[in-house]
Amino acid sequence: MEIVAILLLCAGTFFYLTGTVGLLRFPDFYSRMHATGKSDTLGTLLSLLGLALYAGFSFTGVKILFIAVFVFLTSPTATHALLRAAFDSKVPPWTKDGRSLRDQETRKK
Amino acid sequence: MERFFLAVSILLGLFVFLCLYRVVFGPGIFNRLVGASVIGTKTLTILVLIGFIYGRIDMFVDISLVYALLNFIVTIAVAKYFQRKGAI
Repeated sequence: MEIVAILLLCAGTFFYLTGTVGLLRFPDFYSRMHATGKSDTLGTLLSLLGLALYAGFSFTGVKILFIAVFVFLTSPTATHALLRAAFDSKVPPWTKDGRSLRDQETRKK
Repeated sequence: MERFFLAVSILLGLFVFLCLYRVVFGPGIFNRLVGASVIGTKTLTILVLIGFIYGRIDMFVDISLVYALLNFIVTIAVAKYFQRKGAI
């Protein structure tokens, strides 16, 4: 059981590393959200699953699993709310040729 | 096993410092908000690891749960506020 916990913690730390590199290296706000919104959720889920396996089937382990389920529900919701707030307040998206997409008005209110 | 937990939590602390770059220097309010949200998610895992290291997991798991709730509410509230107000 400890070996499975160690493997899950290593996988979760790898996904945390991926999200951090994406947050530092991507060119604009939307692609940064794309990097962190998914890999942070998966990293938290894997890490907390490994720690719940290490804690065993007890009240504490069930609580850690409850935290994992809660993060799995709320982290995409927070990402979506933040992204929609940024799009409604006209943060310009990154394009390849440098022209702005703002003229085209992709989302009507 | 406690040494492995200590190594993982030190590594996550290093990632927190790397994300702090985006909070301090990020252009605009939304990049800073993303960095703060990511730091909150990493801190939640570090709190559970600290509970295993100290041997008092029954106390630290409650702190981690409250931290998850608070992180979610803060992100939703600030996103709604800046959606109504517009980016600075």
